[in-house]
Amino acid sequence: MDLKLYEFQAKKVFAQGGIPVPQGEVVQNADAAARVAQEIGRVVVKAQVHVGGRGKAGGIKLANTPQEARECAEGMLGKPLKGFAVNYVLVEQALDIAQEYYLGITVDRDARRVIIMVSSMGGIDIEEVAATTPEKIAKMHVDPAWGLFDYQLRDLVEQAGLERKAQRQIIDVIRALYNVFQYSDASLAEINPLVVTGGGKVIAADGKFDVDDNALYRQKELLKLREVSETDPVEAYAASKGVAYVKLDGDIGVIGNGAGLVMTTLDILARNGGKAANFCDLGGGAKADTVRQDLEIVLMNPKVRGVLFNIFGGIVRCDEVARGILEATRTMDIKAPIVVRLSGTKAEEGREMLKGTNLIPAETAQEAAKKIIELVGDRGRGIVE
Amino acid sequence: MSILINRDTRVVVQGVTGREGAFHTQKMLEYGTRVVGGVTPGKGGSEQDSVPVFDSVKEAVEKTKADTSIIFVPAPFAADAIAEAADAGVKLVVCITDGVPTLDMVRAAGYLKSKGAALIGPNCPGLISPGECKVGIMPAEVYREGPMGVISRSGTLTYETCDHITNAGSGVSTCIGVGGDPIIGIKFIDALKLFRDDPETKVVIIIGEIGGSDEETAAAYIKESNYPKPVVAFISGRSAPPGKRMGHAGAIISGNTGTPQAKVKAFEEAGVPVGNTLEEVVQLAMAKLAPSS
Repeated sequence: MDLKLYEFQAKKVFAQGGIPVPQGEVVQNADAAARVAQEIGRVVVKAQVHVGGRGKAGGIKLANTPQEARECAEGMLGKPLKGFAVNYVLVEQALDIAQEYYLGITVDRDARRVIIMVSSMGGIDIEEVAATTPEKIAKMHVDPAWGLFDYQLRDLVEQAGLERKAQRQIIDVIRALYNVFQYSDASLAEINPLVVTGGGKVIAADGKFDVDDNALYRQKELLKLREVSETDPVEAYAASKGVAYVKLDGDIGVIGNGAGLVMTTLDILARNGGKAANFCDLGGGAKADTVRQDLEIVLMNPKVRGVLFNIFGGIVRCDEVARGILEATRTMDIKAPIVVRLSGTKAEEGREMLKGTNLIPAETAQEAAKKIIELVGDRGRGIVE
Repeated sequence: MSILINRDTRVVVQGVTGREGAFHTQKMLEYGTRVVGGVTPGKGGSEQDSVPVFDSVKEAVEKTKADTSIIFVPAPFAADAIAEAADAGVKLVVCITDGVPTLDMVRAAGYLKSKGAALIGPNCPGLISPGECKVGIMPAEVYREGPMGVISRSGTLTYETCDHITNAGSGVSTCIGVGGDPIIGIKFIDALKLFRDDPETKVVIIIGEIGGSDEETAAAYIKESNYPKPVVAFISGRSAPPGKRMGHAGAIISGNTGTPQAKVKAFEEAGVPVGNTLEEVVQLAMAKLAPSS
């Protein structure tokens, strides 16, 4: 998954890039919140979570005194906001807001280029603006050969109808954000709202910054922020081992060879009334240690009550995969039923190897799905709530 | 007839002495592909499986007249390898490598456009015209020559689909894995245009997934151009939750874009049936082959 930074982390990155951000500090306890408010004066206390609509959910509060700041922080820290844990709050100078604009930079897949979007409709969900008043979003693509020309940015902010007096500052912010985007390998950089204060200053009042997963190998400083960011522990462990794993809601662990095949397996389970506990792509590895590692990871999720392997052997041979699974399970104490669908190269040989073991073979994905759902269902019936 | 590659295609392998490059060079040679050279900077002058190795793609093209390249170079250097190939005059670049940084691809895509080279991938299994040429890593046994054109974002799903096609007694003209990344070369719409003009291809199968809007673009093209050949589709990830990247870098539902519902709808509105399983997709495609009474 792309590395999603919290607002306070995004603002740090922005500030390093020369983008004005509000004076403020991230804290983890109510006393510290009070201290920061004491230093700054009137502040906003903002819960740091990866979800939009914080304000409406009570995750952004104005505090006029240090005591108020303490109370706001106390009310947020350690309590879930829209289902997310709040471990940090950002205590920031309250701004005198005259205008709220939108600035976003991302990669446009269709154009194969970076796209910059600016709108006078800041402070709202940009998807809503795109749906109801798309003409209010001014866009431009950046030619990677030439980068940004100033005249393009002048045109962009004029098209978006941004306040003339603030345009030069905004252009500077856009250029700075584009540079940060490039050198940080971002996939998304958003400032919403980009505020123009009563005094005419342009400041990034909020910040969103996602870093391309594929580029993390060359973004070591940003990679360090991952432990701080909120990630499911099993996903974090899998990522550290380079295993393609995504946690889902259900109770049937899924492992397959190839992302498309794994996605399809999730679909087949869903269509038969089952719920996948995870997505896990074995990749090209049929070897015992790869299988073992992936199976261990899938079983780390306590919700898993059964596992489905979906293998279509191409160059990878099904008998090798069967050997790998058998070896792996021989040395692990697994109570959950495991169904293994083998098809393709040496499929019959592979299925033959599974006979007489406690691994259940299947020929088609449909068959395998039905089997595992039944097995997991049977076990479920025995449980007393 | 096939599209893009045939028995005359001359292939250079970038990253030929690496583990993946060496293994698949051998497999391609076994298939009958004309692998005329390989490139690993620093190993020029040596041989890999009787294939001459060069230090640069430029030299390889000069000496062997290669027109197509396949890239097994590690992710940090893959986009550079793509650019190098295009600059050397390669007409079709096939990048197998997974994990290429997106902004590297933005740059490479722009460069390729200026050089007039076509790209397949990255993060793809390559392409195969059964009986003629394989420029990729797909399992050869699964493919037979025939009238189905296949375009897919998933590698393993193409193997399975083509296996079903073979079992149904039919075959494939060309099967192209366009790859699972957000920034790729040839897309569904580009392959559709090529299949449209290929007399051997009678039916096209599209294997799509969540993320992006290439399926919608293809569907719109099929509708607006009154596409002259039957198309059948499959979408994987129909049960995937939004916001989660499902393996492929490009397989993610972001807000309102990339949803499976939108893709299914777009196809159905274009008269393209969407199968619920790969078996169903192949059945639908086979039915389109049968002459109507």
